[in-house]
Amino acid sequence: MIEQLLIVVLLTFLVVCTIGIIYLRDLLAAVILLGIYSLTAAGIFVVMDAVDVAFTEAAVGAGISTILLLGCLSHTEHVQKPQRHNNYWALGMVSVTGILLIYGTLDMPRYGEALSPANSHPDLAQRFINESAGETGVPNIVTSVLASYRGYDTLGETVVVFSAGIAVLALLGRKRRRVDDDENEDVTNPELASSASDKSDDRGTNV
Amino acid sequence: MFGVVIIALLITMAMAISRALLGPTIYDRILGVNSFGTKTVLLIAAYGFLTGRPEFLDIAIVYALINFIGTVAVLKFFEYHDLGSGAYQEDDY
Repeated sequence: MIEQLLIVVLLTFLVVCTIGIIYLRDLLAAVILLGIYSLTAAGIFVVMDAVDVAFTEAAVGAGISTILLLGCLSHTEHVQKPQRHNNYWALGMVSVTGILLIYGTLDMPRYGEALSPANSHPDLAQRFINESAGETGVPNIVTSVLASYRGYDTLGETVVVFSAGIAVLALLGRKRRRVDDDENEDVTNPELASSASDKSDDRGTNV
Repeated sequence: MFGVVIIALLITMAMAISRALLGPTIYDRILGVNSFGTKTVLLIAAYGFLTGRPEFLDIAIVYALINFIGTVAVLKFFEYHDLGSGAYQEDDY
């Protein structure tokens, strides 16, 4: 009973947040509200017992993307320009897509249903609950699926994210180093100059 | 008992979010958002005790840390209009 109430009220907060983000002209306030949005979504995930998803949502949505968006704002103005025309075509497309997506969820099993195929099939949830501890030695069932049963999939994801991070660092670091080389032109010892630029690079990425 | 706490927290969260949305100045918004985050932490803790799983406290603590990082980043941006190599770092050279 209280769980239902909690989810309904938190979902209402999400809707209120979204309307506020759409209507606010001050982009800094919109970024702050986006942080609230992610934190509320993470709270809903906790109530729905998806604690690992909630952790990711809180760390990425409320933590990292707030900081990234603030970094973007520091390069632009933070007041949105007023829009001159109303884009009804886009509104219609988004509405149709939304209705189609909701229609697509209609034949899915209800949330938490014990007789849904994923829960009742003997090779899925039952098997993992009964045998994952013995087969993998991992006490948490979700972790055993992520890290052992589909370990190669997770490894591939990690490689993709890691290479994307390296690419971004390569793009960001190159410009900064060139600026530092210009500043250190008068330094005769090249080793000293490179170590100085490395040090300032470290500080730049730490902040 | 914990149900009453959760309902009271939800009402407080509604008030904080309305201040964050309406707030005339940016200070009102930051304060509203920060107290909303604190109430989320309390809500998760209270929900953990309601359902008999006090280990939700650990999750609540992590949320408090994330909320703190976000607030510090927003305030830093508000003070310096920048997050990284701003004017205050040129003093180091």
